[in-house]
Amino acid sequence: MTTDATAFPQEARAALTNARLQGALNHLKEGFQVKRAKAFDAYPIPFESLREQGRAIKEAALSQLDELLLQFEAKVTANGGKVHWARDAAEARDVITRILKESGAKTVTKGKSMVTEEIELNPHLIANGLTPVETDLGEYIIQLRNERPSHIVAPAFHLRRTDVEESFREAHQALPSSRVLDNRPALVSEARGILRRHFEAADAGITGANFLVAETGSAIIVTNEGNGDLTRLLPRTHIVVTGIEKVVPRLEDVSILLRLLTRSATGQEITSYVSFMSGPKHADDADGPQNFHVVLVDNGRSALLGSPVREVLQCIRCGACMNHCPVYGAIGGHAYGATYPGPLGAALDPGLDGLAKTYHLPFASSFCGRCETVCPVKIPLTKIMRFWRNESFSRGIPASSFNRGLKLWAWAARRPALYRTFASLAARVMRMIAGKSGRVRSLPFLTGWFIVRDLAKPASESFQSQWRRRP
Amino acid sequence: MSERPRVGLLVTCLADMFRPQVGFAAVRLLEQAGCDVDVPEQSCCGQPAYNAGDAKDAAALARNVIATFERYDYVVVPSGSCGGMVKQHYPKLLADDSKWGPRAEALAEKTHELFSFLVNVRGMKSVQATCSANAAYHDSCSSLREMGVGPEPRMLLKSVDGLSVHDLAEKETCCGFGGFFSVKYPEVSARMADDKIADAKKTGADTLLAGDLGCLLHLAGRIARKGEPLRVRHAAEVLAGMADTPAIGEDET
Repeated sequence: MTTDATAFPQEARAALTNARLQGALNHLKEGFQVKRAKAFDAYPIPFESLREQGRAIKEAALSQLDELLLQFEAKVTANGGKVHWARDAAEARDVITRILKESGAKTVTKGKSMVTEEIELNPHLIANGLTPVETDLGEYIIQLRNERPSHIVAPAFHLRRTDVEESFREAHQALPSSRVLDNRPALVSEARGILRRHFEAADAGITGANFLVAETGSAIIVTNEGNGDLTRLLPRTHIVVTGIEKVVPRLEDVSILLRLLTRSATGQEITSYVSFMSGPKHADDADGPQNFHVVLVDNGRSALLGSPVREVLQCIRCGACMNHCPVYGAIGGHAYGATYPGPLGAALDPGLDGLAKTYHLPFASSFCGRCETVCPVKIPLTKIMRFWRNESFSRGIPASSFNRGLKLWAWAARRPALYRTFASLAARVMRMIAGKSGRVRSLPFLTGWFIVRDLAKPASESFQSQWRRRP
Repeated sequence: MSERPRVGLLVTCLADMFRPQVGFAAVRLLEQAGCDVDVPEQSCCGQPAYNAGDAKDAAALARNVIATFERYDYVVVPSGSCGGMVKQHYPKLLADDSKWGPRAEALAEKTHELFSFLVNVRGMKSVQATCSANAAYHDSCSSLREMGVGPEPRMLLKSVDGLSVHDLAEKETCCGFGGFFSVKYPEVSARMADDKIADAKKTGADTLLAGDLGCLLHLAGRIARKGEPLRVRHAAEVLAGMADTPAIGEDET
């Protein structure tokens, strides 16, 4: 599903009246906000000081990213693995397909990976005769439904249990239609049974990485279902696909970032599984892949690194910003029309996909700033959205008569006496329209305002004018 | 600094045009707090341009405001939003300007949101005012996060005779105004307003108070459109004993 956020206003409107979605969004507070707050309250180090450590680690890593990546590559190579560099999504898809074909793979299991969503890997694999199977339960469900994740941590967050039942009945036709699927354990158990066969049959496994460690050449993933381990350990070939910004210098750094990540994402002290993947199976290992590959994806990241908004690369993909965003909370993830929804997406997607497709996203925020108060690595999200707004305005993307109007308004506002004359004229017109009522119900301009609300009638005389003629 | 500090009131475009009473209420409160208040000729702080991505025009407007207001001991704003623009954003906007950058910093240093100025700078603890109402207080995001205002308006409102003040359950959540956001994505904005209005009604309040006219015009407009039984006022009106006039958007009687 190619990124196209140009229909954001229509998609957002549709989301507001989508009863199923709205029902799911009601769970954001208990499901994420409350759990996160409790987890940090229970932690002995104050959130502020922990996240300052997290920020400092990521900032330092970004400032020596080139060296760290080379160090990581050297370690992976020494461990018996191979690192591949992909400048963009197309290169990433090609190198992954080539590795798979060279290893003779047909069936590929996949752990949850937003980067493979970003590079639209699955359609490409299918077009090349390969069969990717998502093994994270949420990802598996949306793969069956041919949807994209609506949340970076909980991909099927927008669905109800009954939707999952419906998808399973349609997809798993070999199972008896009389089976009972009206509860979560039954659904999980059925998925487990189906996925188990895929795990056993898979020729290759693809996972993402939450962190890369330069000093050890390790890729690290956090999971709760154990699917990540079955994906990486059982097949002959394991491919890690991740962004270049994930690398940190030391294993010790990960201990801080892990504490921030799991608490911010799900309110857990630690996830059920934290997997460290440092190369192919050794002779004395019980299990593991024979071939270990890491595909490092740039896809716009190095340009962001050299931009005024490099902090967006500090992101550890916890989803706390979207969980606390009132806009995400009203419309969910799909309406954004891009890989990463919510405040993170508004800050990151324009850098990955270009403004022409994503120009709505940095504006789809009231700038309330709540995202910044929960970000575990202190990304200045509104500052970054503002940067994209500035780019949008100065580059004229999209070309808009609004911008010309704004410049005219600013020209007048620079001349306070003139501005007051205009304002008093506008006030008089609005008062005429309002008549005896206390408010205006529509105007030929600012029509967006009046679609949903009235406007209080302006005063008969401005404050400044009354002030000047006071006794 | 003289005994009575000279305060320049940045009244805000919205108060100037829609609710002059907020300006007069601010003046009265500042005078009660022992200040000499002046209102220089002014227009806009530049935030609409700034948030729309027009940094150049925003900077020009910022220079205007700096030149107008830097002569005062303090600049006081009856709005966390416009106050935040001056205090948090002017220094960033003009950071690369060797002439205006330091002047922006100096102005930011002495710029305050009204309630926090009254309480934290002037030591005001209570007001002499009466208002028979059951009110919910809405913190604007910029008051809360850019200006660090929270306990101050509540403390002053508590001293108003006849008034009870409730906190909203979701007091850190945006009401959906967001400047042009409210015009660009009206349905999303309205949904956020509806959540806020429902939250206010749950407290049993008959009146919704806040310190920012942006939020208030947006909420009052939505309340009027939906016919909700809530009156809306700037908290300064209540504190200055000027709450006997029609509420925001109400018909004159």
